[in-house]
Amino acid sequence: MIEIKNLHKSYKMGSNSLHVLKGINFSVEEGELVAIMGSSGSGKSTLLNILGMLDELDEGSYDLDGVPIKNLNETKAANYRNKFLGFVFQSFNLINYKSAMENVALPLYYQRVGRKERQEKALKYLDQVGLKEWAEHLPSELSGGQKQRVAIARAMAAEPKVLLADEPTGALDSKTSYEVMDLIQKINDQGNTILIVTHEPDIADMCKRIVHLKDGIILEDKKIKQVRASEYV
Amino acid sequence: MFSKDRWKEILEVLSSNVWRTVATAFGVGWGIFILIILLAAGKGLENGIRQDFNGVATNTMFMWTETTSMAYEGLPEGRNFNFKLEDVDLLRRNVPELRIISPRNSIRMQEGDNVIRGTETGRYRVFGDYPEIIEQNPMFVAHGRFFNYNDINEKRKVVVIGDGIRQDLYEEDEEVLGTYLKISGVNFMVIGTYKEKTNNGGENSERQIFMPFTSFSQAYNRADNVGWMAITAKDGSSISELNEEVINTVKQSRKVHPDDERAIGYFDLYEQFNRVESLFGALRFVAYFVGILVLISGIIGVSNIMLIVIKERTKEIGIRRALGENPWSIRLQILMESIFLTIISGMIGIIFGALSIYGINSLLDSIGPVDMFLNPSVSLGVVVSALVILIVSGLLAGFIPANSAIRVRPIEALRTE
Repeated sequence: MIEIKNLHKSYKMGSNSLHVLKGINFSVEEGELVAIMGSSGSGKSTLLNILGMLDELDEGSYDLDGVPIKNLNETKAANYRNKFLGFVFQSFNLINYKSAMENVALPLYYQRVGRKERQEKALKYLDQVGLKEWAEHLPSELSGGQKQRVAIARAMAAEPKVLLADEPTGALDSKTSYEVMDLIQKINDQGNTILIVTHEPDIADMCKRIVHLKDGIILEDKKIKQVRASEYV
Repeated sequence: MFSKDRWKEILEVLSSNVWRTVATAFGVGWGIFILIILLAAGKGLENGIRQDFNGVATNTMFMWTETTSMAYEGLPEGRNFNFKLEDVDLLRRNVPELRIISPRNSIRMQEGDNVIRGTETGRYRVFGDYPEIIEQNPMFVAHGRFFNYNDINEKRKVVVIGDGIRQDLYEEDEEVLGTYLKISGVNFMVIGTYKEKTNNGGENSERQIFMPFTSFSQAYNRADNVGWMAITAKDGSSISELNEEVINTVKQSRKVHPDDERAIGYFDLYEQFNRVESLFGALRFVAYFVGILVLISGIIGVSNIMLIVIKERTKEIGIRRALGENPWSIRLQILMESIFLTIISGMIGIIFGALSIYGINSLLDSIGPVDMFLNPSVSLGVVVSALVILIVSGLLAGFIPANSAIRVRPIEALRTE
């Protein structure tokens, strides 16, 4: 599903250049649940941004579902993001003047799905994350865990090939974190490919594979036995 | 492009900070308001001045004799002379572009009253004219009739008097027609009264007496002399281009030196009229100029607010782009917000402008006519061009903010916490 070869990325900070990713080779199969771990500054968020086409790579190659991702203009990148990827952010990033349902329906709107179908689908995904009754509520009326579940529903609404989650539990307490991870595991059980950036070992243990990043290179890449979040809930 | 969702979003964004939106809208509304008011005021002045020309054949010149300043063909300088009736025929033959030539004689105004009716007396201007003069003068017959060619041919002693004279010499409800006035020693029967079409001539313009040219010449012994002529050109030719030809023709027949500039006096009404017309043009230009300048400051206000809105929504725009919204869609959204804001506020400005004009009009109606100001108004064309200006300015106001919204990369937009 994801194929990365010899990926380099550096940032210019004034006159200095900061080499963040120093040759990453990495691939993800369909249906995997991968945790990308590392301390801050290890380059894990940069890697996720490149995977999410929010940032461009300097060197190397990136194929997503057989499509080479390079030299995209903004229109094309937006189109690919919409079709291929779903994002879940640490700070939820819901649009605060739109209701939960409208937030979930947004990616479908960008796909020019009709209004009625959009609402039906949005409700379906909200139901999956257990928030159907909250469809008309604004994000400010939801708790952190609920917001993240809405964000996950939004990421899933466009039926992306890969779900990218950047510290999805970073702003949540552990109980809510496990609820969110339980949801993510269930989505993964349905065959969706998911990448999670986290620095919390217990969250990483709930994935099927852990990739350790340190100083811009992959330190360790191992498959693990998944801990089911439902045990803690 | 004009989906319900987009409109919903525009309204949501603009209503999220109502006071700021209102303050911004005020700038544009104010600009359009000023533009409308200025144009209406210019139109009011134009209507007022145009009314002064109302009923006057504007394509007209007036011509009279003065004293020669150059000796010519054995005749000395400093000579007084008159036009003759034959000059009128000569002009008709030589300058076919002329429509009406009205020769006129008048009694030189002297000390003392010249008109007597019983015990009432008055001092008025008296003209001997041809019937066509009524086409060249802004007057209409209020009562009775004007004299005609029968009166001219039979040299009837009849007069048409101004309504002011009726007020001076007659009782309020007294019958005027058929009465006699003694004018400079000769009795004339009143066959009509006239009123001015405009009110700019003041009191004296309705205190004049018109009589047939031939009767005048006979009564006051003018032979075939002509003191003054009103000459109107045909539609399509300009009297301003013909006046040299006219004057040269009479110079030749009156044996005036061709280079004598002082012998014949004239007044070109058409030239004056055109001068006033170009003044209106200049007024309109000033109105647009000032109005658009004021409008521009409003537009800059809108542009500023849009920039601020985008700054505030940087993160939202980042999210939307991460979710896969097309940059063009974002640009369109911002342009539409900007155009929507300018059009709505401009419409409000137009409405207030129209209401003010309505108010001024009813004020004018209640206090009666004002000199040189009448019925200020704006035409539909002005409103349409104001709308076009608004749409264009909305586009301009949104353009820079829309581009700056696109320029922020989604990753940077998302990073702003």
